Amino acid sequence: MSSVIIENITKTYEKGIVKALDNVSFEVKSGELFGLIGADGAGKTTLFRILTTLLIPDSGKATVAGFDVIKDLKQIRQIVGYMPGKFSLYQDLSIEENLNFFATVFGTTVEENFELIRDIYVQIEPFKKRLAGKLSGGMKQKLALCCALIHEPKVLFLDEPTTGVDPVSRKEFWEMLGRLKERGITIIVSTPYMDEAKLCDRIALIQNSKILDVDTLEGILTKNKQNLFAVSSDNMYQLLKDLRAYTDAVSCFAFGQHHHLQVKTPTSSDEKLRAYLAHRNHTNVSIETINPDIEDTFIKLMQDA
Amino acid sequence: MLNEEIVIKTNKLTKTFGDFTAVNAISFEVKSGEIFGFLGANGAGKTTAMRILCGLLSPTSGEAMVAGYDVYKENELIKKHIGYMSQKFSLYENLTVRENIEFFGGIYGLSRKELKEKGNDLIGRLGMEKEANKLVGSLPLGWKQKISFSTAILHQPKIVFLDEPTGGVDPITRRQFWDMIYEATDAGITIFVTTHYMDEAEYCNRVSIMVDGSISALDTPHQLKEQFETDSMEGVFLKLARQAKRGE
Ligand SMILES: Nc1ncnc2c1ncn2[C@@H]1O[C@H](COP(=O)(O)OP(=O)(O)OP(=O)(O)O)[C@@H](O)[C@H]1O
Ligand SMILES: [Mg+2]
Repeated sequence: MSSVIIENITKTYEKGIVKALDNVSFEVKSGELFGLIGADGAGKTTLFRILTTLLIPDSGKATVAGFDVIKDLKQIRQIVGYMPGKFSLYQDLSIEENLNFFATVFGTTVEENFELIRDIYVQIEPFKKRLAGKLSGGMKQKLALCCALIHEPKVLFLDEPTTGVDPVSRKEFWEMLGRLKERGITIIVSTPYMDEAKLCDRIALIQNSKILDVDTLEGILTKNKQNLFAVSSDNMYQLLKDLRAYTDAVSCFAFGQHHHLQVKTPTSSDEKLRAYLAHRNHTNVSIETINPDIEDTFIKLMQDA
Repeated sequence: MLNEEIVIKTNKLTKTFGDFTAVNAISFEVKSGEIFGFLGANGAGKTTAMRILCGLLSPTSGEAMVAGYDVYKENELIKKHIGYMSQKFSLYENLTVRENIEFFGGIYGLSRKELKEKGNDLIGRLGMEKEANKLVGSLPLGWKQKISFSTAILHQPKIVFLDEPTGGVDPITRRQFWDMIYEATDAGITIFVTTHYMDEAEYCNRVSIMVDGSISALDTPHQLKEQFETDSMEGVFLKLARQAKRGE
């Protein structure tokens, strides 16, 4: 059964000049953990706002748990949880007061659904008397998530919940999403962290207001092969410039300890590249043939689009 | 462009809010031309420390010199000699790109003539001629961050402080942003940057990791990985952050 159905949704701003969503269609199954992966301004937030009834599309149709996003506004607002990308809390209320407020609005109590938020809430609980306006960036994200969850929604929309969240908390956060999924909650989450894509059941790649693909991560990786080297040397900044100037290069980007070089010809031999880098006086050169991961793939798709 | 000149020096720098110690006696030095990564878990105290170093918040105790000026007595001078890109707010959404550049350049003390010249030059370099007269609010986040960074270094400060400049920015733009950071260091600007992307920690000359208000480790990425017996900065971070007591 599908929990969210999106059919040919189009949305424009500024009297049609700016296209935010261009004929977007896909379905999210009930109980699925679904990722929305796309660059800044790709249209993710607009889609979230339409699905949570905060914005009306120009054309197209969408339903959430069988309710129509245009006609059944009241029902939808009761059953969805929404964590907007931009900060949504009352700055002049404390952590505790914000949470109580959201619980009351939905006719429930914090105690009743405490199990749902426990893992994240315990991290900010020692500061529960502190005003939201005085929390660090990541602490605010954690509070906003608790507020979106406190009424046990059937469908949860999370717009970049882990932006600004540190690596340890990000891990814990995704473990928590896994447990929410086990309780049968359908989750649609957008993220700028490509490594989080592998934690989703399926993902949609969205670019310039259009859906590029919807599939499992493996499916997307299989469809998008590329010839890729991971290269490092003693002078990484110079290396980046030299690799970009290499004749066989398609593109080159920094990936932490290595640069990923995409080349036109197969990567069966690295002799030519080795000679080129030696000629450019690089020392301690390491070259490895690698398979593209989701970040490589997304960069490639962004460039091709 | 590393040299031995020290541009930031703190000694037991501390900030308390009521009975809560947000920054707990941190001591460290940053050399001119360095890319210094200032890492730590949420709530560790990074933004608070950074705001003190930028002359925006006064410390409770301890010492700090930034660009040769004292954070207690000379915070107005500090503001003139540094650039700052804040975590939350970087540009006015309802001003155009050009207006923002002129506004922030003006704050840093550039003359009207300099603003025009540098503003045009900057818009050209960013390839934003078409967007120059658009409202900033209508632009993608990554673009805003690039404009904001360029604006923060328009007056050629000695040091620029960047508080999570790439948070939420897409993979390509994030890397373009780092290209800009490298260019700035080529021009002799020292970079002080926070990030939660561990691949970006690799691009720093040295990295400090804050835990519960204190600096728990400070070294080159290479040395840190050896010290903590792991092959990635993520590994270093996970090991250190587990020691955190606050919030448990
Ligand atoms: N004005 C204030 N009053 C009370 N507490 C404050 C104030 N400003 C900051 N704090 C507290 O100080 C601690 C450190 O906050 P800070 O913003 O420096 O963290 P951070 O390391 O930048 O975290 P993040 O990675 O989430 O941005 C937090 O517990 C925060 O709530
Ligand atoms: Mg911060």
